[in-house]
Amino acid sequence: MLKKSELYKMAVIGDKDSIMGFMAVGFAVRTADNEHEAVGHLHALAAENYAVIFITERLAEKAGAEILKYRDNPLPAVIVIPDKDGATGYGMKLIKRSVEHAVGADILFKN
Amino acid sequence: MAEIKVNPTRMELKKLQLRLNTARRGHKLLKDKRDELMKQFLDIVRENKRLRETVEGSLVSVHRGFSTAAAVSSPEMLETALMLPKKESDLSVSYKNLMSVNVPRFKPMQDMEAGGGILDSLNYGFAFTSGELDSAVSELSRLLPDMIRLAEAEKAAQMLAAEIEKTRRRVNALEYIMIPQLQEGIRSITMKLDENERGNTTRLMKVKDMMIEKQFAAKRQTAHPQ
Repeated sequence: MLKKSELYKMAVIGDKDSIMGFMAVGFAVRTADNEHEAVGHLHALAAENYAVIFITERLAEKAGAEILKYRDNPLPAVIVIPDKDGATGYGMKLIKRSVEHAVGADILFKN
Repeated sequence: MAEIKVNPTRMELKKLQLRLNTARRGHKLLKDKRDELMKQFLDIVRENKRLRETVEGSLVSVHRGFSTAAAVSSPEMLETALMLPKKESDLSVSYKNLMSVNVPRFKPMQDMEAGGGILDSLNYGFAFTSGELDSAVSELSRLLPDMIRLAEAEKAAQMLAAEIEKTRRRVNALEYIMIPQLQEGIRSITMKLDENERGNTTRLMKVKDMMIEKQFAAKRQTAHPQ
C-alpha cells in the first residue's frame, strides 16, 4: 500500500483573491466560490497524486465533514489556511479537536 | 455483566486461565503503547501549534501584500504575471514509522530554503509589475518550507490522535470487560469444581456410614441369633 518516494504535488483551494499568489510558487490552484465547488475540487485532487492540499478556513468550515474524511488517511494531508480576510481560528480548532480526541481533555489551549 | 458460559470442567478452567494470562499481557503491552503514543503526540501537537501560529501570521501578511499589489496593478496583468510558475513545487513523500503508525514526511524537490536571489523565485519580468507583488511572492516562497512542515506535523498529529483513541479503547475493553469476565468465569468454574468435590466427600462418608451400619447389623445377627 505504501508507495516509496514518488513525486507528489501540492494544491490550494479557495476564493480567487486569496489563492492567486500560490500560482507563482508552483501550486496547483483551484478556485471555489462555495463549499460545494470546494468539495468537488478536493475529491478530484485527492484522487490524483496530490500529497498536500491547502484549503481556506472559511470554505473548510462550511464543508466540514467532507474535509474530516481525509483525517485518518496518510495522504493527502488537507490543511486549512487563513484566507485574505484573516484567520478565523478554525485551524486551531482542528488541532484542539485532535488533542481532545487523543487525551480526552484539552490540555494545550487552556482558555 | 455478561458471563462466560462454559462447562465447569478442568479443561475449560485451564483454557480460561490461559486466555486470562494472554489478556493481561496484551493489556500491559497496549497500555505501554498508549503511553508512548501519548508522549510522541504531545510533542508533535505542540510543534503543530507553534507552526500554525507562525504560518497563519505570515500568511495574513502575504495576503495583505497581494491585496496591495492587486490595488496598484490591473487584475489581468496580475494574473498573467502569476500564471506561469518558474518552478514546480513537487514533493517527495516518504513514510516514517511512529509507534507502528506510518506518518508521511514531505520533502520539497527543489531546495526551497536556499532559494537563490529574488530573481530566481520570480517568474515574471519587472517591467510591468509593481514592487509590492515582488515582495509578496518572495515572502510566500520563504513561507513554503514552514507550510510543508505544518502539513507534516498536522497530518502526524491527526493520525496519532486516531491511533491513541483506538488503543485507548482496546486497553479499556481489556481492563474493564475482558479481564473481569475471564476472572468471573474462572471463579465460577473453581466454585463449581469445589462444590462437586465436597459433594463427593459427603457421598463417600455417607456410603462408608452405610457400610459400617451394615457390618454392625451383620455382627449383631451372628452374636444373637434368633
